[in-house]
Amino acid sequence: MATGTEPAPADARPPGAGVHSPARAAIAAPHLRTDRWWLAPALTAAGLLAFIAYSTWRAFAGADYYAAPYVSPFYSPCLAENCAPMRSGPNWELFGGWWGLSPALLILIFPLGFRLTCYYYRKAYYRGFWASPPACAVAEPHKRYTGETRFPLILQNVHRYFFYAALLVAGVLTYDTVLAFRDEHYAWGHMGLGTLVFLVNIALIWAYTLSCHSCRHIVGGKLKHFSRHPVRYRLWQWAGKLNARHMQLAWASLVSVALADFYVYLVASGAFDDPTLF
Amino acid sequence: MSGYEARFRVWRGDQGGGALEDFAVEVNEGEVVLDIIHRLQATQAPDLAVRWNCKAGKCGSCSAEINGRPRLMCMTRMSVFTREETVTVTPLRAFPVVRDLVTDVGFNYAKAREVPAFVPPAGVGPGEYRMTQEDVDRSQEFRKCIECFLCQDTCHVVRDHEENKPAFAGPRFLMRVAELDMHPLDAAAGTGLDRARAAQDEHGLGYCNITKCCTEVCPEGIRITDNALIPLKERAVDRKYDPLVWLGSKIRRRRES
Repeated sequence: MATGTEPAPADARPPGAGVHSPARAAIAAPHLRTDRWWLAPALTAAGLLAFIAYSTWRAFAGADYYAAPYVSPFYSPCLAENCAPMRSGPNWELFGGWWGLSPALLILIFPLGFRLTCYYYRKAYYRGFWASPPACAVAEPHKRYTGETRFPLILQNVHRYFFYAALLVAGVLTYDTVLAFRDEHYAWGHMGLGTLVFLVNIALIWAYTLSCHSCRHIVGGKLKHFSRHPVRYRLWQWAGKLNARHMQLAWASLVSVALADFYVYLVASGAFDDPTLF
Repeated sequence: MSGYEARFRVWRGDQGGGALEDFAVEVNEGEVVLDIIHRLQATQAPDLAVRWNCKAGKCGSCSAEINGRPRLMCMTRMSVFTREETVTVTPLRAFPVVRDLVTDVGFNYAKAREVPAFVPPAGVGPGEYRMTQEDVDRSQEFRKCIECFLCQDTCHVVRDHEENKPAFAGPRFLMRVAELDMHPLDAAAGTGLDRARAAQDEHGLGYCNITKCCTEVCPEGIRITDNALIPLKERAVDRKYDPLVWLGSKIRRRRES
């Protein structure tokens, strides 16, 4: 070793692992943090669990997802024959009549995959659910660790393909937002409270999608010479500014998409009348 | 703020064993943890071993763990602690201890040697290098690194798994690979060295699960994960896992971008 010190003989201390490895400072506690290090992973896990519970209920429900002119973002585009008819809406019967389950399941796989492989959400659930690590300098409980070097976690490398799919889904949700400028009789030039909900949601969805690390790489990050590609350099700078807020946008868009769906549920189920602004 | 007496717990020992020892020590306004450690040396524990140099957050020598968090002792103000709080100072817990607060960081020098150096471009002599600012901005952020090795210490890949040390270079040296791969004049590709592929195959980039502890502890504020490790992962995807990029490289030979 650089300083000429050698590890202690194997019998000097009972063999341990991690911070208790032989030759490291003999400190019994797995960590010595005195702050509330557990709070952030606990809140993260609670927030994600709440969304998983809500979205599972709504995705499998297969009902109350369309109230003209609003369609729930969980069900758009609607790819099965059993979709509710939506005038000029995002119906595309790609899967025909054989699909008997909720049509949401056909499309949610893409935004779900995008968020599951997202670099921010990976941090969130590796810390919050898998405790790998639970917090910085807090020992993780696992005996072995191979990270993302092998199956299944090596599949995280497909993130950019989910990004491409997420662009298409965001495009459809933008179309849905435009359709929300109609009233319940499909007359154009109207706006309700739901239109505002949809506008906020689509703005956050786009901001989150374009702040993606893969997006930042694709638009310019992969280049070696920015000076030869001024347009891509500018795009990379914009993506970088958004990327600095990727975590906040991830949470904001997660909440907004759930709220947009819940709003449609309330209107479609008759629990709430959409106030018309004009 | 007037002076007060603080409670300190400092790890004393070597590879044969050791323990946290309690001290009561004077603290004055404006002092940092390293000041208190020096006062302990001067007044109560003259044989306390501590590595330090600049006392200005630029040499990266006085890395330690303060209340369990990897930090520079010279950049940790005493004013961040309450007067009632016991301040615990231990050596870095990812590396072999030498004595007291001094650890053997030789692992990092071994990893540094494994990263192939900058390859000068052909036909460009010393003093003839010309680069535009936008081409070197990214690398310059990484050059702020003072090699305190706090990121290496906090990274759970090696901190919690000693067995991963041979395979994993750690955030500091993956950042070095990223820096060279983004360097506008690095001619490694011309010698057959694919740095992004090597990052994955030889320096253990796949072990990184981007939990950002390296970024959290960096005293220079380098966004290691967002600006070095994730871009390097994306470059590795280009080389190894993206069939469209592979197909594109076969269909048309691109000039260097």
